[in-house]
Amino acid sequence: MSPFPPHLLSMDDLGTEEITEVLRVADSFAEVGRRANPKVPTLRGKAVATLFFEDSTRTRMSFETAAKRMSADVLSFAAGSSSVKKGESLRDTVETIEAIGIDSVIIRHASSGVPARVAQWVDHCAVINAGDGCHQHPTQALGDLYTVRQALGGGDPGLSRFEGMQVVIVGDIRHSRVARSQVTAYSAMGAEVTLVAPTTLLPPSLEGWPVSATSQRLDEVLPKADVVSLLRLQSERGSGEFVPTLREYTSDFGLTTRRAAMLHPGAFILHPGPIVRGVEIASDVAELPAALITDQVSNGVAVRMAVLFLLLGQGPFAGADRD
Amino acid sequence: MAERERSHTRPRGAVFVPRVQVMTSADVHRAVTRMAHEVAERNRGLQQVTLIGLQTGGVAIARRLAETLAEVEGAAIPVGTLDVAFYRDDIGLRPVLPEAATDISFDLTGKTVVLVDDVLFTGRTIRAALNALGDYGRAQAVELAVMVDRGHRELPIRPDYVGKNLPTRRAEMVDVSDDGVSLGDLVSR
Repeated sequence: MSPFPPHLLSMDDLGTEEITEVLRVADSFAEVGRRANPKVPTLRGKAVATLFFEDSTRTRMSFETAAKRMSADVLSFAAGSSSVKKGESLRDTVETIEAIGIDSVIIRHASSGVPARVAQWVDHCAVINAGDGCHQHPTQALGDLYTVRQALGGGDPGLSRFEGMQVVIVGDIRHSRVARSQVTAYSAMGAEVTLVAPTTLLPPSLEGWPVSATSQRLDEVLPKADVVSLLRLQSERGSGEFVPTLREYTSDFGLTTRRAAMLHPGAFILHPGPIVRGVEIASDVAELPAALITDQVSNGVAVRMAVLFLLLGQGPFAGADRD
Repeated sequence: MAERERSHTRPRGAVFVPRVQVMTSADVHRAVTRMAHEVAERNRGLQQVTLIGLQTGGVAIARRLAETLAEVEGAAIPVGTLDVAFYRDDIGLRPVLPEAATDISFDLTGKTVVLVDDVLFTGRTIRAALNALGDYGRAQAVELAVMVDRGHRELPIRPDYVGKNLPTRRAEMVDVSDDGVSLGDLVSR
């Protein structure tokens, strides 16, 4: 197989084989997470920094938990209390962090492309994109794949069921980095993706997106869906201006109790969080057994452990002479 | 399957070419039977004994040992599997990947654990396994059973039960499978 890339900036960095490898390694880390003492010495002596220029609870805690469970040292950087406030540029901040001797930087930024730019500046540091603007959030998509595979029985049998699976992504696709990563991830595994959103919340162009259809009618799409993945309206990116009212959005695109009943019995409901109950998902729908929202969070830790391990634990010969 | 010690550093595209068969399938079967009797003899009653097979080569042997112990002693011995990748001392020096997830569904505290592997070579896998076991409880004792001891130890580790002592050159490769044990070389294609 081809070597695992030096950075994880986008789902496009990973082919089907690399995705499969992440999921397989994550199985072993999920086992670690189930133990009474969920800690292994794997990345002892490695240092990981989380650079979050945008608010986050789950992604940051998930990455930091992942690194700590592998015995790496974690430095937590919050832009609000750093030299960025004194006017230090992003490049100087990153070079300072690399000079301190950090092995991996995990970056979240409101601007698309920042992690990719940072990757050009560093020499020996693995850069992980933890969400950049409206661009990509690859570890979220990997966690979603892991969660669906687990719900389908796990392992290779679970993996094989992605072929031809009908995945429906609903919501603010225009502003969603999660959707961009999901589309690439699901289609790499052989699933067919349908996007459902008001036309105002679809991206201006879908050129190069591996999606099979778009729709404005959720009711027509739901009965054949195997996976429904919901997205939040991103008010911090101005989605509110793209829909007339939240109530109208909910009545056309929210997964209400009535709509959830249209799903076939084997279908699953996913949401990357944070969920806004009563808008994109009804409160009691989020509690259905078919809703895998809390599994997505716990699996996120295992998948991020796998990504950190594949980036940092493989040594100077990473991939070069693997079977 | 080939021994774990080398499986990750194998040059890409290289294949194992057997030169000589040192144990037939029947020989392996006899060795398992003898080792099972030795385990039973040393741990009279087998009350607290559990078998842990190392992924991947030790797992099948651990299962066969448990089957034989069930036949000769009528004892149902719990069998677990252990992957040591996350405990290896060469992480970051060469590509290390887990073979399969660990499966130990019982507490090891107070148990006599018999670690089972196919080939004992440098001893580094066993060192990693001892560290890993500690995370599943404090075993009363840990014993080691291997199908082939090929020498070249780099750590002070010795097996308690051995199928066959096999003198080897360092560069050679030992392959243990259902068909028996072969000695051979890795050849780049």
